[in-house]
Amino acid sequence: MDNLLKISNGQRVDRENIPNIPFESFRRELVQFANEGGNIVQFFAYVDNGQSKLLAVLRNEANDALYVTGCDVEGSFSSLTKENEKFHMFEREIAEQYGVKPDGHPWLKMVRYHANYNRKPDAFGNNYNFDIPGNYPYFTVEGETVHEVAVGPVHAGIIEPGHFRFQCVGERVFHLEIQLGYQHRSVETLMQSVPAKRLPIIAETIAGDTTIGHNLCHCQAVEALAGLSVDEGASIVRTIALELERIANHIGDLGALSLDVAFNPPAAYFGRIRGEYLNLTQILGGSRFGRGLVRPGGVTHVMGDEQVKLLSEKLAELTPEVEHVSELIFSAHTVAARFEDTGKVSYENAEKIGLVGYAGRACGLAYDSRVSFPTECYDDLPANKNEKTDGDVCSRATVRREEIMHSTDLINTLLERKVEAEAYRPREYQLAPASFVVTINEGWRGEISHCLLTDDAGNLLRYKVKDPSFHNWTGLALSLRDEGISDFPLCNKSFNLSYCGFDL
Amino acid sequence: MYEVIKNRLEQGHRTSKYPKEPISLYKRFRGLPRIDSNCDQALVKLCADSCPQDAIDAQSKKIDLGRCVFCGLCETLSGGKFIQFSQNFELGVANKSDLLTGGSLPELAEHSKKHFKKLFGRSLQLRQISAAGCNACEADTNVLNTPFFDLARFGIQFVASPRHADGIHVTGPISRNMKAAVISTFEAVPSPKVVIASGACSISGGPFYGSDEIVGDLDSLIPVDLYIPGCPPHPLTTLHALLNYFK
Ligand code: SF4
Ligand code: SF4
Repeated sequence: MDNLLKISNGQRVDRENIPNIPFESFRRELVQFANEGGNIVQFFAYVDNGQSKLLAVLRNEANDALYVTGCDVEGSFSSLTKENEKFHMFEREIAEQYGVKPDGHPWLKMVRYHANYNRKPDAFGNNYNFDIPGNYPYFTVEGETVHEVAVGPVHAGIIEPGHFRFQCVGERVFHLEIQLGYQHRSVETLMQSVPAKRLPIIAETIAGDTTIGHNLCHCQAVEALAGLSVDEGASIVRTIALELERIANHIGDLGALSLDVAFNPPAAYFGRIRGEYLNLTQILGGSRFGRGLVRPGGVTHVMGDEQVKLLSEKLAELTPEVEHVSELIFSAHTVAARFEDTGKVSYENAEKIGLVGYAGRACGLAYDSRVSFPTECYDDLPANKNEKTDGDVCSRATVRREEIMHSTDLINTLLERKVEAEAYRPREYQLAPASFVVTINEGWRGEISHCLLTDDAGNLLRYKVKDPSFHNWTGLALSLRDEGISDFPLCNKSFNLSYCGFDL
Repeated sequence: MYEVIKNRLEQGHRTSKYPKEPISLYKRFRGLPRIDSNCDQALVKLCADSCPQDAIDAQSKKIDLGRCVFCGLCETLSGGKFIQFSQNFELGVANKSDLLTGGSLPELAEHSKKHFKKLFGRSLQLRQISAAGCNACEADTNVLNTPFFDLARFGIQFVASPRHADGIHVTGPISRNMKAAVISTFEAVPSPKVVIASGACSISGGPFYGSDEIVGDLDSLIPVDLYIPGCPPHPLTTLHALLNYFK
């Protein structure tokens, strides 16, 4: 395995130690790794001293190991997607960001709609003086009875923009194609160019509902590159904040799922209760979304006796309510009739496209990065085990119900740890030169990962962000196959993917 | 059915009494800043230089609430001596220039477009446009429809079609890829209409200022009537702004 360097989550690595192998070996190694059940955490392009390069971070669940490897690349390379679907979206992104074309890619369409970063000829033949969608040939099904339904970008609710194209016969969906990019703000290039003081603010707003998750990835990466340590008290606050984020989102979505099947009472209750959990995050750090809480080197607000008491008491009050409302949803036959067997993704397909998070776990892919690559306090906390793995809406809802309870237990455990935390002081830092780091955290949607490369002067050469939605949007598209089009909202909500986290 | 009734009893009545009765937020919440203009200039400069949003004008000792994301760094750095955040969430303004503040804001209810109160005071239908923010603004706007805030009791609703709307409520820094959609949605709303910019993003570009993939400020595209600062604005900030501007 000389072609792969074994690394750990959040470990600084000298870039010169990362294998830089001939493309042919790189390709062979990656394809073999993916074919043997390994997964792709990161796969992206960057330019170093005028040379385009590819870099991949791989994970192997069998032994919870992370690997990194890289190669030089010129204007195009032989697509890996032909051999394994797990590379599909990554290769499209590489073509879009750097104009480096994966030859023979079966589905080479843009990911977001923007000009590439190094002024190469556009891989998709787009002229970006014209508005989105540019050159985007939708997959179409032909036939006399086939019709097409187009929805978005602006939707009928308070929701982010995106375009959905359904190929239907009558009410049945043959195929759904999801075209995103409307939320593109160029987060990665922005992070590479702004002063360090702005970085956590941007990290927090990559996907607002995952403020803590993304910012943890960011801060842990900076801590690794700058050699900053985090005391235990701060780690506890970080872990609690990440779990509160998970609970709030899961609860909100269970309520919304209930609303989508026209069972209103739980939707109203969970709508309010979700807010109660956001307010707990506000007790921790002054913001309902955890803005301004996590910073390189620690957290800005220590948790004192007062906050511990407030959190414990409120959790004790809310937990039975959550249990009762959950029971109300899951014991209703009308709900079960709509949830069960709807929006199914098979284990095989989930494995093929590398689904992550609860969407993956609902299909039987056990991966939870809190267990495989633990950060903060997760090493000595118990894992959740989910039993229902049918891959349908019901399974995705059930996993969330279980995770709410599991997260509540984790928080209660952490609240009992009496740890004196150091008061926060803003840290000045210098990133180590010529280094690499990858960080992974289990956000509420699944595996979040940031990957940073620095140049010889310690400046950011490449900042790569991956939201779990990057993997999972394809899962939503698959869940609609041969499904009634009226079940789209339900399937969509059961995944509840991020547009801005995907669009960056 | 029994379960439904049991839960109904447990949940009870949860709608807040605001604005009839005041409501207080936890002391760590960061609302309207109190600014000590007698503060040592060196400390002011330190805060201004460190502010990630470049929202502090050291000369005039003012904060631009349209840029500020309420991260709290200036409060920490100055030990509360220059800036201290109060829990006052009433931050909406009708004039953009008022956002540059020394610690006080004009009474929103006294704004100059009084005819809006007559037109929309009893019924206001808004079309929300999400334009490349982080979706937290949207989330905390949606929350107004939950039982605690129950926005509909004030005759304010978010509607699906711009044709049914009296105005638009825009969040996000307006990406290049959303610019056309924002403009056509605005044009589809029948006149007279109002435009609300919600969150630091739609006022100044927010955390994404300087990106060449965004427009940055909504009012460079269309005239804005009401600005609601925050990142995201607290639901009560939005509620206060809507009630005071339109009622
Ligand atoms: S709270 Fe506002 S003014 Fe203060 S440092 Fe943060 S962004 Fe700047
Ligand atoms: S203002 Fe802040 S919370 Fe609102 S969309 Fe922008 S980044 Fe998100």
